Amino acid sequence: MSPLPRPTTPGAGILPVSPRWPDRSFRWLALLAALSIVALIVLVGWELYAGAALAVKKFGVGFLGSSDWNPVTDKYGALPFIFGTLVSSVIALLIAVPLGVATALFLTEMAPVRMRQPVITVIEMLAAVPSVIFGLWGVFVLVPWLRDHVFQWFKHTLGFLPLFKGPIYGPSMLAAGVVVAIMILPIITSVSREILRSVPNLQREAAYALGATHWEVIRIAVLSYARRGLFGAAVLGLGRALGETMAVTMVIGNRPDISASLFAPGYTLASVVANEFTEATTDVYLSALFELGLVLVALTIVINAIAQLMLRTLAGPGSGKVM
Amino acid sequence: MKKLLLLLGLAAFTATIASAQMLINGAGATFPFPIYSKWFNEYAKVDPSVRFNYQSIGSGGGQKQILSETVDFGASDGPMSDENLAKAPRALWHIPTVAGADVISYNLPGNPKLKLDGPTVADVFLGKITNWNDPRIAGQNKGVSLPNQDIIVVHRSDGSGTTYIFTDYLSSVSPEWASKVGKNTSVEWPVGLGGKGNEGVSGQIKQAPGAMGYIELAYAKQNKLPYADMKNSSGNYISPSIDSVTAALATAKIPDDFRFSMVNPPGPEAYPIAGTTWLLVYAQQKDAAKGKKLVEFLKWAYTDGEKMASSLDYAPLPENVQARVLKRIGEIKY
Repeated sequence: MSPLPRPTTPGAGILPVSPRWPDRSFRWLALLAALSIVALIVLVGWELYAGAALAVKKFGVGFLGSSDWNPVTDKYGALPFIFGTLVSSVIALLIAVPLGVATALFLTEMAPVRMRQPVITVIEMLAAVPSVIFGLWGVFVLVPWLRDHVFQWFKHTLGFLPLFKGPIYGPSMLAAGVVVAIMILPIITSVSREILRSVPNLQREAAYALGATHWEVIRIAVLSYARRGLFGAAVLGLGRALGETMAVTMVIGNRPDISASLFAPGYTLASVVANEFTEATTDVYLSALFELGLVLVALTIVINAIAQLMLRTLAGPGSGKVM
Repeated sequence: MKKLLLLLGLAAFTATIASAQMLINGAGATFPFPIYSKWFNEYAKVDPSVRFNYQSIGSGGGQKQILSETVDFGASDGPMSDENLAKAPRALWHIPTVAGADVISYNLPGNPKLKLDGPTVADVFLGKITNWNDPRIAGQNKGVSLPNQDIIVVHRSDGSGTTYIFTDYLSSVSPEWASKVGKNTSVEWPVGLGGKGNEGVSGQIKQAPGAMGYIELAYAKQNKLPYADMKNSSGNYISPSIDSVTAALATAKIPDDFRFSMVNPPGPEAYPIAGTTWLLVYAQQKDAAKGKKLVEFLKWAYTDGEKMASSLDYAPLPENVQARVLKRIGEIKY
């Protein structure tokens, strides 16, 4: 029998002291993993910048403000694509956030326990459907239905607004927003559900004790406590919406125009890169497509930064935080 | 994913070594991919000692890769520009393989057979003709009841050889199109919705009453879509088919570098919206053994291979063109 190892910490006598190297090597491995992600992002950014250098030099800042996109004359600008990306994502958020949060509220606060798991499973299945399937379903089912019913209704009742003026083609900014909304619904719902679940029961009990109704409890005790986290859920959804490519391309109409009407077709940054990259033959053309990619990355970073700033000012009671 | 690719690459690598096969790499155009892959499959039976690996990554990628010599041959749906060709380290030849055509498809009640001429189609795509009952459409289609309906223009949103052929045609029949829009694998469209791929365009045509768009002949035939007869330069309305495309090839003016456009050719039987696709091959091959095998394959493609074209809805080159191409292939040095 070897002598007992020397007790370094209280209780160490019970367990034999393990060698130190697994600890150290694991630490290094974890560090390496974390660094590799940072390196990857830096590399992607660098590659995008290197690819875009020619267009950056040729068009300068004007690239961001120009509406040209002409591969024949080699003149390029990003404005309609930035507009399309932002508008379709905002429409998607406007639809998906209320729907997602309401679903999460129902699941945590109201639904009978036996019903919760099946509904959660269905929502998670929605997240597993590939993008192109949503696109196909959009083209053949959703868009014709929207065009023949929903859009007509909007045009008749709200047609005086510039948002709902103009001819109805079907493929449009609004159609893209609806499809993306469905696609980001699962992430918004499941993150919101986790946040609502993390609201301490004490909050609810206190509100009930004051004589609040069920709705008042949700409003005062749950929603206001969780609002920071719910905002974070929306930002996660927005991140996905900005980069969504395949399904959007199939229903947005792919037209680089800036129009006030939501019935008009649009175009997004991710879509144009996916569409035109394979057949881009001139150097400037290819470079302009790289620059669109760079703009998309920059846009995502800026929006996330703004979201972080907004989160800081949004310190609510309890500041229930997940982000 | 990366691991999987690595494994696949490794598997391919060991397989090559095991069978001591020569591997010839090519990359480029997507439009002729079905016929090329059939050729490579069939040729494996003719000469088992060589294997072809063709990546249909698009014409842009094909041109780039052959210029940087990372592949043994390239492929492109549009001819290379003088600017790009000047970047080649030595003479790079265009070898036309097969031709295809674009058809004008539409969605009208009952889908009647329509007749159209080039300037009318150009003005529809310029946004100058906006209604189906426009006298310029109705005038060519006496007896067809055309609805009072807006025309929804549909075009390709992705860059493609199909778009190159179509815009090349519109440029040749409409001076306004040529000066305002021009020809390319993708252009700045004055009007219309974009659909991704032939399936995207035909999907939108099917879904939108009053739509008009252009799709590849092979795709339209296989999916039984309605399409118009087009007026050619002799004044005849010609239905698109393999025969009328081959007729167009026979009368098209073909220069010695084979970088030709065959839209709106003079023949009375010629369908006007057609174009060819090219392989890009260096006149002086770097690797003698590979060069020899490549030339052998090309010779086979122009004799036996061309016969397979029509079964896949591509138009084979007519004999006079085949003879010229074969002569050129014979001049490749290795």
